[in-house]
Amino acid sequence: MTSPTLADAPTLLEVRDLHVTYRQGGRDVPAVRGVDFTLPRGGTLGVAGESGCGKSTMALSLLRLHGGNAKVTGEVVFDGQDLLTARWFRLRAVRWAGASVVFQGAMSALNPVRTVLDQIVEPMVLHDRISPKAAERRAAELLSSVGIPARRIRSHPHEFSGGQRQRIMIAMALACRPELIIADEPTTALDVMVQAQILELLGTLVRDSGIAVIMITHDLSLLAHTCDRLAVMYAGRIVELGPSRQILTNPQHPYTRALSKAFPTIGDPASRRAPEGLPGDPPRPSHAPGCAFAPRCPEAEDACRTGEMTLWPAGPGRTSACLHARTRHGGAS
Amino acid sequence: MTAALRETRVEAALEARDLSVVYPAARGRGPARAVDGVDLRVGKGEIVALIGESGCGKSTLARALVGLVKPTSGQVLYEGTPLEYSAKALKRYRRHTQLVLQDPGGSLNPKQNVYDAVALGPRLHQLTDGLPARVHGALARAGLRPPEEFAGRYPHELSGGQQQRVVIAGVLALDPRVIVADEPVASLDASVRGEILRLVLRLRDELGLSALVVSHDLGLAWNIADRVAVMYLGRVVEQGTVEEVLLHPRHPYTKALLSVVPNGAENWRPTLLTGEPPDPTAIPAGCRFHPRCGRWAAASDEERAAAACTGRELPVLAADASGAACHLLPTPTEKP
Amino acid sequence: MTAEPTATASTATAPDLPGMPPAAVPPRFTGARRFVRAFVHRPAGLAGLGILLLFVVLALIAPAFIGPDQLDVTKVNGPLLHAPDGSYLLGTDQAGRSVLLMLVWGARQSLEIGVIATVLTVVIGSAIGIVAGHYGGIVGRALMHVTDWFIALPSLPLAISLAAVLGQGSESITIAIAVTSWTATARLVRAQTLAVEARPFVERARALGAGNRQIMLRQVLPNVMPLILVSSTLTVASALLSEATLTFLGLGSPTQVTWGEMLHDAFFNGAFTADAWWYLLPPGIAVLAVVLGFTLTGRAVEHVLDPRTEDTR
Repeated sequence: MTSPTLADAPTLLEVRDLHVTYRQGGRDVPAVRGVDFTLPRGGTLGVAGESGCGKSTMALSLLRLHGGNAKVTGEVVFDGQDLLTARWFRLRAVRWAGASVVFQGAMSALNPVRTVLDQIVEPMVLHDRISPKAAERRAAELLSSVGIPARRIRSHPHEFSGGQRQRIMIAMALACRPELIIADEPTTALDVMVQAQILELLGTLVRDSGIAVIMITHDLSLLAHTCDRLAVMYAGRIVELGPSRQILTNPQHPYTRALSKAFPTIGDPASRRAPEGLPGDPPRPSHAPGCAFAPRCPEAEDACRTGEMTLWPAGPGRTSACLHARTRHGGAS
Repeated sequence: MTAALRETRVEAALEARDLSVVYPAARGRGPARAVDGVDLRVGKGEIVALIGESGCGKSTLARALVGLVKPTSGQVLYEGTPLEYSAKALKRYRRHTQLVLQDPGGSLNPKQNVYDAVALGPRLHQLTDGLPARVHGALARAGLRPPEEFAGRYPHELSGGQQQRVVIAGVLALDPRVIVADEPVASLDASVRGEILRLVLRLRDELGLSALVVSHDLGLAWNIADRVAVMYLGRVVEQGTVEEVLLHPRHPYTKALLSVVPNGAENWRPTLLTGEPPDPTAIPAGCRFHPRCGRWAAASDEERAAAACTGRELPVLAADASGAACHLLPTPTEKP
Repeated sequence: MTAEPTATASTATAPDLPGMPPAAVPPRFTGARRFVRAFVHRPAGLAGLGILLLFVVLALIAPAFIGPDQLDVTKVNGPLLHAPDGSYLLGTDQAGRSVLLMLVWGARQSLEIGVIATVLTVVIGSAIGIVAGHYGGIVGRALMHVTDWFIALPSLPLAISLAAVLGQGSESITIAIAVTSWTATARLVRAQTLAVEARPFVERARALGAGNRQIMLRQVLPNVMPLILVSSTLTVASALLSEATLTFLGLGSPTQVTWGEMLHDAFFNGAFTADAWWYLLPPGIAVLAVVLGFTLTGRAVEHVLDPRTEDTR
């Protein structure tokens, strides 16, 4: 799913200083603590991280799909428009027709009492205002393009398997010909073979139509094959950002290193009978000072626990929020 | 070509012989052959990985091995003795073979604290002498130190990794010889996974435990297993040592599974199988994998006529040998 | 061999970073203190509890200032069906008894019947529900058939017949209420039992060697208890109403003073035609108030115990 270098491609999405804070039980719980990135048209960005890192929250807040009790600040400039301050009807226009979402867990994202046809057609009728007949034709086309026979279009979601439901979700996401698809853990609950099929499908569709993709997952090596660029998130912040292949072969943040070692390469003698993990657990984001990863980091020093962390340059086109990487690449220490 | 036998024959801790579990017909569908003839063997001190996708029967097989599911035919043997299914015999068996499930949060009773959760097993088996020491010892061995700090907590106060350690402590409190783990790290965060797997390895090294780990993740087998068996639709289609099966796979299904594991290489080209595995009520005739088999699809008409892929069922692979159940292999291995 | 001890030691302490709960674990309201703290935030629940406390206190202290003479029709000597005045705050009934004192005593009787009937209902219903939910197959199906049969029986005629057979009085009313109410609890508990048993920790208990009784009592029951608790508070409300209905219809013992009995006496002794509102309204309002109290409390408890209604305010 990698596209040719898009260094000169126009920017589709620019996110600046995104903060998302939830209000829970009278307290402010930060979920996303300052995220910046850009996405060119047709580009692919992978977001990797574990539970509590804020990746899903971040993705949903791009379209203001977070719950009502969250406070979002920053800028999300999509196609020249700041979605966070856009008027309601402008936001609605962007939702699905500009950018659509493939949700995690197709079982709960699909309405069990409506047919697949109804669900694919619904956004088309809302946005494109085409006739029901034309919508049905297009829906049937979409369904076969994701590998499901068009004759099953009037079935209900429970009549399909998990992999098929995920394909239906993808068909729905493509319904209004968006420019961006946000895929939130699209393959997490699926078997490895089905997962590979779905990724292949996404890759083909995206290549052929030049749609940009933000893919969120916890599997780092998967993203290396499917996305141009990669952002690794931890405790609400991006800790490393850059070309995906480079990040995988030469990680510049101890967390990225640990994450990539979690899924060993079969055939690598270093990981034979030697599983690698981190002590402790991924934390919930908080306002504590210093590097959020320091308690679990094998390379942590005192400076890590107190300093203000931000993304520093760590090579051409790469950044990392690690003091060691910053020193390595000539930053002030 | 004879089946490759292992040089030193380790005693079997747990064995399945010709095991079948068939669920009766229901709701207008036929009977489901969840496990359809399996020979499997876990040697003493060995870690065996049972790999397969959903619907292949691996979870059913795991539960049959711990006595939670009664096989329709075949036997489960513990240290050579067949399992009996009376309430008493099963209870005795539970002291030796224990189960760890996938969802650690759901595996713990939310109304019981950690101490009670770990003490449940010993209390059920009247091992109440020195119970606090037993519980704390198990917690410590499972990596929850200091045990006193964890004993009073409730499951919802713990993270996924800690919950799974409590489940493992609950198992260790009974001093079992064999642990069967069904997707023990699938629900855990990636960075926590390694710690739990290291724990399993340590338990084998320090306590001599044998383990059968059921998973969909071949990387897990590479990380901790000695031998691996690959299951498809109720049968083991390939088995052997981890090096044999993962580095030199012979069955087309194993090869396909390996190819879809992202390896970070530039030229990664996964072999995608079409469709999804059929369910156990509709097992294809002959070789059950042939409708999705790339080799079958690529074979010429003469090859297909000569081979028995659609006609002849494959024999059950012998438990202690390495082999792959495929008609298109030079010489398919058979049970001696 | 990879180095172990330090890594695992820090596993125990690392997550306890200052002020940071472990990741991805939603808080739940277990523990009495948290329950109480959550409950006091619900004004409706507090109001309901207040009403109940008032009546319970009245019921408890009633014997201190009400003797049997004041309730005995042969011993009182107050004015007959007299409107409220200085000495009789709620007036008198047709035999000269103080309506206020009867009201207070009635609280005691009605609540007693209501609570005992509820205990019976909940115990029978829960037992059948858990057993039916745990044992599938023939036992489970048979129990549910029995339950369905009881549901199909019209409750009022059944209660009346039972009371007629067992004789008038509070015992027969209590039994009649229990017999007609246990089915709702049974169905609820059975459904919850099925849900609980589908969770992995029950399978774990079985794998560890637990037998049927262990699972039903130690694994299922504690997890079904919150539901039973909520259901009980609402059952008391309905039991009180049933008691009032049955005694009003004449199935109670005339010598016992309950609110329903008061309504019965008022009605059948011409309080309507005599416009004796002080005789009719108080018992009706009392029943209403207590039922409201139980309902409000029950709803508040349900809300607090429901893990889905996490406080996002």
